Amino acid sequence: MLNLDEIQKSLMAEVADITDVPAGAYNFRVNSELAGRSTTDNINIVTKEGMPGIDIFIKPNTKNESVHIPVVVSESGIKETVYNDFFIGDNCDVVIVAGCGIDNCGTHDSQHDGIHRFYVGKNSKIKYVEKHYGSGNGEGKRILNPVTEVYMEENSVMEMEMEQIKGVDSTERNTIAELKANAKLIVKERLMTHGSQTAVSGYKVSLNGEGSNADVVSRSVARDNSSQTFNACIAGNAPCSGHTECDSIIMDNGKILAIPSLEANDVDAMLVHEAAIGKIAGDQLVKLMTLGLTEAEAEEQIINGFLG
Amino acid sequence: MLELKNITFTVDDNGEQKTIIKDLSLTIENGRFVVITGPNGSGKSTLARIIMGIESPTSGKIYFDGKDITDLGITERARLGISFAFQQPVRFKGIKVHDLLRISSGKELSVAEACSYLSEVGLCARDYVNREINSSLSGGELKRIEIATLLARSTKLSVFDEPEAGIDLWSFQNLIRIFENMRSDIKDSSIVIISHQERILRIADQIVLLTNGEIKKTGTADDVLPELIGTTAAVNACEKLK
Repeated sequence: MLNLDEIQKSLMAEVADITDVPAGAYNFRVNSELAGRSTTDNINIVTKEGMPGIDIFIKPNTKNESVHIPVVVSESGIKETVYNDFFIGDNCDVVIVAGCGIDNCGTHDSQHDGIHRFYVGKNSKIKYVEKHYGSGNGEGKRILNPVTEVYMEENSVMEMEMEQIKGVDSTERNTIAELKANAKLIVKERLMTHGSQTAVSGYKVSLNGEGSNADVVSRSVARDNSSQTFNACIAGNAPCSGHTECDSIIMDNGKILAIPSLEANDVDAMLVHEAAIGKIAGDQLVKLMTLGLTEAEAEEQIINGFLG
Repeated sequence: MLELKNITFTVDDNGEQKTIIKDLSLTIENGRFVVITGPNGSGKSTLARIIMGIESPTSGKIYFDGKDITDLGITERARLGISFAFQQPVRFKGIKVHDLLRISSGKELSVAEACSYLSEVGLCARDYVNREINSSLSGGELKRIEIATLLARSTKLSVFDEPEAGIDLWSFQNLIRIFENMRSDIKDSSIVIISHQERILRIADQIVLLTNGEIKKTGTADDVLPELIGTTAAVNACEKLK
């Protein structure tokens, strides 16, 4: 697969499940350089001029295609902000796989801030998968600060799966979305922090069109001395429905601040929020131990299931 | 074979020592279906939890197949071949029925194998194998899944803590059928059930009547059951509806 070393290959596998050159369109960014690109008849990828990043153009009516745009940082001390814009035509059905892996064995911080903007055309259906992962045991921090903006036209559907399970020292994620009539946004966020990591995740979803719908669900685990903040606001500006949920397991000396909020600006906006934070129930551990698992194995099973 | 020797269990009740189990000795032979009954607060569930290692006795010894397991934890006892079905089965967000059965069996479990355990407890396997063990399942469904985890483990000693608690009458009829099947397939393993239910007591090889933490009487169903009928130690299923 292209010209990647073993660390880079393993990062690719972690963040985008890529072990070989993927089918369809792709753009690999490795240590701030283009490491491989492929386009199709329907999906074009163009390097931005004057700023780092790419524009991805998906033609109307493109169905059953995928775009992979993984980023790998394996040199210590790289700091970059990258702007990727997705222009998705009407009536598409496409899977987009992003993700960033940082391996830092050095003493300098490595940081990748990906600014993604999605312009989703009418009736289009997009599945977006993004994984963040860090490895390496250098003193330098692994930092990821993604910004995601989603602008959805009428009847479009966007399903976003965002996962950060391991190794990222500091992250500040900001996601905003604006939905027109009958557009539907589904967000599933999975987050685990350990060591002394910090993670902040904020959402502002504006339901602007009649019949628009958002479901923003975060499940997270804070272990060791790590801390997390989840701040999700759904604003209903039309007859619409929205639901946000933050469900967290807290362990050791972890700290979690959950701030789900709702803003209703229309009498027919139906908005719901839920938040729950708690430690692993003793009964859950005991049950799995009666099946022959050790306490540590039981804990791993519970966490894996919860974040699965 | 399980042997409990001179088991005492006391708890600190606001500075006062309260004895839940008093110098209790009991032997559960292999191939036996034993029902422990008694009024509420007689120490039945505590005794079951002591067998599994969830609670540690204040004094006394526990032997399993001749080995002293008194100081062993839950995991070690589970690995030696003791299983425990909770009175109130635990829910797990994100863990599927198939996962729990796989953990129970201790090996990779095909969907077909998982389904066979679910079918045995009267659940339509296809509908359940991929369900999460969360609050979407009813008490009766959870109870049956709990029993299926013990079937998947198939250990030498299975302890059920009030399997009838919290289930509806219709599920109860099925539950009795499951225990009747277990009774006929017992071979040289043993089953201990904490129960007040007359129908479960009727299929017991041995009934142990517990009162105030002591064994008041033990013997076959024919010996013990007649004097229990009409007391809280042996209720008819319909009592649940009253």
